[in-house]
Amino acid sequence: MSVLEIKDLHVSVETDQGTKQILRGVDLSINEGEIHAIMGPNGSGKSTLAYTIAGHPKYHVESGSILLDGAQVLDMTVDERARAGLFLAMQYPVEIPGVTVTNFLRTAKTAIDGEAPAIRTWIKDVRESMTNLRMDKSFAERNVNEGFSGGEKKRNEILQLELLKPRFAVLDETDSGLDVDALKIVSEGVNRAKANTGLGVLLITHYTRILRYIKPDFVHVFVNGRVAEQGGSELADRLEDEGYDRYLAAPNVG
Amino acid sequence: MTAASAPAQTDKTSTPGALTTPGQHGIKEHSDGRFGFVPVQTRSDRFASVNVADFGEVTGREAVWKLSPVARFTDLTAGDLDGSAYEVQATDAPGVSVEWVDRADPRIGTAGTPEERASANAWTGFEKALAITITGEEAKEITLARADLGDASRAAHTIIEAKPFSQATVILANTGRARLTENVEIILGESANLTVVTLQEWEDTAVHLASHFGSVGRDARLKHIVISLGGSIVRVNPSVQLAGSGSDTELLGLYFADAGQHLEQQVYVNHVGPHSRSRVTYKGALQGQGARTVWVGDVLIGRTATGTDSYEQNRNLVLTEGTRADSVPNLEIETGDILGAGHASATGRFDDEQLFYLQARGIPEDEARRLVVRGFLSEIVQQVGSAALEERLQLAIEAELRGTEGQ
Repeated sequence: MSVLEIKDLHVSVETDQGTKQILRGVDLSINEGEIHAIMGPNGSGKSTLAYTIAGHPKYHVESGSILLDGAQVLDMTVDERARAGLFLAMQYPVEIPGVTVTNFLRTAKTAIDGEAPAIRTWIKDVRESMTNLRMDKSFAERNVNEGFSGGEKKRNEILQLELLKPRFAVLDETDSGLDVDALKIVSEGVNRAKANTGLGVLLITHYTRILRYIKPDFVHVFVNGRVAEQGGSELADRLEDEGYDRYLAAPNVG
Repeated sequence: MTAASAPAQTDKTSTPGALTTPGQHGIKEHSDGRFGFVPVQTRSDRFASVNVADFGEVTGREAVWKLSPVARFTDLTAGDLDGSAYEVQATDAPGVSVEWVDRADPRIGTAGTPEERASANAWTGFEKALAITITGEEAKEITLARADLGDASRAAHTIIEAKPFSQATVILANTGRARLTENVEIILGESANLTVVTLQEWEDTAVHLASHFGSVGRDARLKHIVISLGGSIVRVNPSVQLAGSGSDTELLGLYFADAGQHLEQQVYVNHVGPHSRSRVTYKGALQGQGARTVWVGDVLIGRTATGTDSYEQNRNLVLTEGTRADSVPNLEIETGDILGAGHASATGRFDDEQLFYLQARGIPEDEARRLVVRGFLSEIVQQVGSAALEERLQLAIEAELRGTEGQ
């Protein structure tokens, strides 16, 4: 049974105005096969948590730890974390000119598995996943994210999730900017990955909309760099009705 | 400020065909103490001569030399040169002849004339010219390899003539030692389709200055590719005259400068014939202390070149600190009746967000860097059109990239 544990995590970033404290003691524990939704208002630190788990150099961990089955994730480089079984689906995936999706997927799969995938089954797996995500065959020969629409980029993220088969995935606002059809397709992909591999999911979202298609086992509300409240999926229903106002000391204008 | 209303008689740039309103173009004499000095304004007005004595000593202040380390090759601009025939390995192809011809060959001088002293010195100094003559409409490929030109300062002259309706790819492959200044004339008859690839994989100490002059006939198509990877100083300047109606040229370049390397290319496309088309795309990568690249791209669309379509671009990828990339696009248009004319230039650092994205998919940092650079340069490699050469170039780029590891 795999487990991802985040303990008393404090994280800051450097800004033009100096060091800014963002996470102020986050505790979370995710078992394999569980779906945890992280919700919260803008600026509460949800994306910072995602990027800190993945190891983006912009974020400085001041104290605390992230353990994957007891191994200290914070001591690993970005690529070591991915090879250890962590995956981040990005909110804004970057373009890689001149690198085709096919080449990129094979390179990543080879890096993660430590050996090149068997060609015949690999091509079949890629085709099948692309069909499931309603991605046209021509995607394979396009350059990674170059000229992709917002929805295409998100589907490409989920394609990687399905093919690379991580143990834990962080989905950073994967629902943002998606129309309802794309949202359903992307959600199916996440549910499929969970069913096939026992994936544990940290689903970061501002809205409750995606939770109609991906049912969370736990909901954590982030406010001001901390978990302010947690509960089961009924908490999401309450947030849908009430919004985040009751967690904020001052009335939330705008 | 130069007033447009200044008296016309102070205009000293009244060469035939000059603009009738020079004051509006800022090319009349200024009153700011520059003593009447007016640099050459139109690209085709530059001084040209085949005789080295007609050029002054190279100081490094000249427009054509100001971005080059001229002190490191005075032997090539001012010294006596060995102009004898050298050893060259040529592959066989049907309809292609390779021979040494003497200076009286009527093709010599038909594609262009030197515009600077190194080129003129080579012209003055060569004894025999290597002539490649292409006939036959079926596609074919020929490689001419120079494996070691030695340490002596040398002049060379090459003629590549594609007869009307002929089709071929000519690969000029350069390795080993060299201190060389040379001219290459490329002559395309009507409807000829020629690809010329010049590949510089010299030894680390080599110095190579080359001027390529292309003359493209009616409905002919020249694809010219400069690939500079090895050598201390490599300067390859292709200059193509789109002489015939409907003539077409694609000028591509790929360069990868390591520490201390100077790789330069000054490209010039002269649209003379109507409905001519040109595309210029040069891409380069720089890594290591003192890695230096220069790209100058001049496009001139002459008065007679109506209905032309042109675009030039240069992209540089800076991989480490301590490098310098100069990129200077110039576009000059003398007719309003064109289909299109554009230029672009961008020099940027390695994108850390791309690196993060690839690493977040498990790809180690060095491999992620290689993937990005390979992708950046592959746009040029994919257009070479020779599968064997494309594969060889990918391997050469891999070797260059391995040079970054551990830095």
